[in-house]
Amino acid sequence: MHELSIAMSIVDLATEELERRGGRINAVHLKLGALSGVVKEALLSSYEMACEDTPLQGSRLVFEEIPVVIFCAQCQAQRTLSSVQWFCCSECGTPTSEVVQGKELEVTALEIQ
Amino acid sequence: MNPEPRLIEVRKNVLKQNDMVARALRERFRAAGVFVVSLVSSPGSGKTAFLEKTLTLLRQNFRVAALVGDLATENDAVRLARSQAPVKQITTGTLCHLEAAMVAKALEEEKWDLNQLDFLFVENVGNLVCPSSYDLGEDLRLVLISVTEGEDKPLKYPTIFNSADVAVVTKTDLADAVEFNWDAAYGNIQAVRPGMQVFRLSSKTGEGMEDYLQFLSARLAKLRSTVSV
Repeated sequence: MHELSIAMSIVDLATEELERRGGRINAVHLKLGALSGVVKEALLSSYEMACEDTPLQGSRLVFEEIPVVIFCAQCQAQRTLSSVQWFCCSECGTPTSEVVQGKELEVTALEIQ
Repeated sequence: MNPEPRLIEVRKNVLKQNDMVARALRERFRAAGVFVVSLVSSPGSGKTAFLEKTLTLLRQNFRVAALVGDLATENDAVRLARSQAPVKQITTGTLCHLEAAMVAKALEEEKWDLNQLDFLFVENVGNLVCPSSYDLGEDLRLVLISVTEGEDKPLKYPTIFNSADVAVVTKTDLADAVEFNWDAAYGNIQAVRPGMQVFRLSSKTGEGMEDYLQFLSARLAKLRSTVSV
């Protein structure tokens, strides 16, 4: 369970932004890749804990879930994986380990009031 | 009246702090010409036995050292010290993974001269989930599974296998006893990380260690050929 450390990093990062901009944070928008190694549900409950007694208390975490996209050398095209247990081109079936996206763990925006 | 809520673009990697420290470590390792291997596996799959064997054999020709992470106890460091290589235990308390800053701190405390090392091993906390997100500045991430764990470990923990560079299947001396199906295990590793090199070996009997050690020395030579030490 490393989601609490992750949640605390998110709170730190958002607090830093808040100090520069002022206002109140309603929501933190997060890009979460299927290969980020972070479980959404665990992060949600950790986030609530991490926000306690900080300026982010009561704020929401808004997820944009990012599927894994690989590059197929055979098709010369990017393909979305349907399962992280099968790194193959969804069209031609060629195995590939070239990951184009899916590892994201990124704060993309803050909803400030 | 409160102003309307507005969305402000930020775009910041949540793990940027760790990534920055890892990047600095990697630069230091490169400059010193030391090849750094991190090891991840489930608890009990034989990381420490495997590392002890690796250190003992590599020490005959190379200068080696190891950092070993655990929640508590110095047991692993004591075991590894039998290899005669310099070993430092990192106890993480309740943390389920190593972070780059812990590696940096341990190196600072030990004051090892990286220029005097060929290989540095970093044994992560036994866990196939949490370590996947944290870059430690290593050149090679090695994921270890033992034949006693079953063939489907890679499918259950695809993220860590996908983040690793090479896999080792160990305890092959027990393979027959547990009816381990090598083809199935190999197929599962290739499903989650196509093209990954896989070594099969026994830390106990030493069978298969030679291929792995040759692979390491080739990687060290390659590193040294790209950076002048």
